[in-house]
Amino acid sequence: MKTKRELVVVGGGPAGLAAALEAHKKGVKDILLIERDEYLGGILQQCIHNGFGLDYFNEELTGPEYAERFIDELKDKNIDVQLKTMVIDINEEKLITALSSKDGIEFIEAESIILAMGCRERTREAIRIPGTRPAGVMTAGAAQRYINIEGYLPGREIVILGSGDIGLIMARRLALEGADVKGVFEIMPYSSGLVRNKVQCLDDFGIPLYLQQTVAKIYGQKRVEAVDIVEVDDNLNQITETKKTIQCDTLLLSVGLIPENELSQQANISLDDITGGPIVDQTRETDIPGVFACGNVLQVHDLVDNVSEESEIAGKAAAEYLLNDQEKEIEQALEVSAGENITYVVPHTLNLNSKTDPIIELFFRVKDPAEDCKISIKDNKEELASYTRPIVEPGEIESVKLPVKLINKDSNEIIVELITGGE
Amino acid sequence: MDQRTIVCLSCPKGCRVTVKANGDDIKDISGHECPQGIEYAKNEYLNPTRILPTTVRVKNGQIALVPVKTAAPIPKGKIGEAMQKLAEVEVEAPIKLGQVIVENIVETGVDVVATRSIKAKN
Ligand SMILES: Cc1cc2nc3c(=O)[nH]c(=O)nc-3n(C[C@H](O)[C@H](O)[C@H](O)COP(=O)(O)OP(=O)(O)OC[C@H]3O[C@@H](n4cnc5c(N)ncnc54)[C@H](O)[C@@H]3O)c2cc1C
Ligand code: SF4
Repeated sequence: MKTKRELVVVGGGPAGLAAALEAHKKGVKDILLIERDEYLGGILQQCIHNGFGLDYFNEELTGPEYAERFIDELKDKNIDVQLKTMVIDINEEKLITALSSKDGIEFIEAESIILAMGCRERTREAIRIPGTRPAGVMTAGAAQRYINIEGYLPGREIVILGSGDIGLIMARRLALEGADVKGVFEIMPYSSGLVRNKVQCLDDFGIPLYLQQTVAKIYGQKRVEAVDIVEVDDNLNQITETKKTIQCDTLLLSVGLIPENELSQQANISLDDITGGPIVDQTRETDIPGVFACGNVLQVHDLVDNVSEESEIAGKAAAEYLLNDQEKEIEQALEVSAGENITYVVPHTLNLNSKTDPIIELFFRVKDPAEDCKISIKDNKEELASYTRPIVEPGEIESVKLPVKLINKDSNEIIVELITGGE
Repeated sequence: MDQRTIVCLSCPKGCRVTVKANGDDIKDISGHECPQGIEYAKNEYLNPTRILPTTVRVKNGQIALVPVKTAAPIPKGKIGEAMQKLAEVEVEAPIKLGQVIVENIVETGVDVVATRSIKAKN
């Protein structure tokens, strides 16, 4: 079966939902949203804790509540939703191959595509922990799905590796459900999670956080029986003399997220080595015209509020691409790059023309924590703007709003830098 | 005199605010970088409260559990008791977002409400 569609959105998480709604609002009539799970909402459905929506709705919601607002809004709109359907291929001609038990294999010719496949967690393999391969080693997100959706407790004596927000939140969740959480171990000298989560998820329950420590070995045949913990030095080398063994039946890994870009790669979309997501301009358009990316597939966000905002940009841009029925006119093209103390910047390029929004928001992460510092935006000659920040941390996405009128007409580069103390 | 350090969560700075008090009588607050820290530390010292998000078993639902939360923050000290109580609860699908699952949980005056709509099986 082969069908034609104006806009296909791949992924029904918060990114896909917000993008589809915005494209609809901007006048696109023919939209298909494809989701592999049996319900919409993506990862939010398993994030039952509160803390969502403070920026977007000015209210504190849980993940499922946040998702349901968007799902409700979708209902009376003319947006087709196909659940339990997995997109398995996209090619450069925007031909989509999808698979479902109901319709079998389907081919969809799309005029425009929004990629919103989200991200997945790094696993044991990605960080190479030696030892046996027993049951009971899983990502924190997998445990979250077991506990919050399927109704299984994955273990009773828990060691958590990695102090990202998902690890911290699972420490609290497991403690609440009566498990014994022995501690959260973090290889870096600082927690990568929000201070709020460290206080409310660990301190509230007396769960210790150990910095500059990691898991060196896993023991157990059928089931995890223990793990070795070691301290690491400033170069992350393990100090073997500090080794101690901790009894446990479960090891949860919360060691980072990777954008899910197999489909983008198949389509030959260029990816950024650092973010793991596609290279995009300020409208979130990739290097294939008419293909856009938003949400965690583009860059791992810490707040879903930012995902929704970013996805609206992509949805609006897809609508403009379809309805104006024209190639984007580019009057000035600029590369955006990460300077001193900055890990990456999204968007990667600015393609400016008379229709460009007067203000462009740049998102980036810093390399090290800093206080009382300055974000400086430059081109190759001079500083265009600067923004002060009382505090920045690698774990939190930063952003600045750059007025387009500050950009010099002859410039072809924008550099984002972090300037710290005394300079 | 009691002394406790509280991390202010009103902004990302996370100042460590020290509270000195005789019982409920707060004598001194220090370490905050702005006035919001005083208010935060006072509340957190005298009556720390939290919203409790968790899950409850569902009968005849499309999924096995319904996520729920307390509609308002409840005293931190009552959270364990509330969890025990909620472990005994089972609700019948269909469930609507916002539906009251348990009224006045452990005498806090606060209801526990569903945070997701769940359809009945078939
Ligand atoms: C375990 C975990 C916990 C998190 N906890 C929090 C939190 O507490 N607070 C917070 O703000 N953020 C949290 N995040 C970040 C969170 O992912 C984002 O806030 C937000 O959910 C990202 O939205 P998204 O739509 O980009 O991705 P997702 O929510 O991941 O949605 C992507 C959707 O695409 C679908 N999909 C993927 N590939 C295909 C395909 N080939 N075909 C069809 N469908 C496909 C997936 O099934 C999924 O539904 C968490 C992330 C993870 C992984
Ligand atoms: S005291 Fe003020 S500056 Fe310090 S964390 Fe609280 S709100 Fe922020």
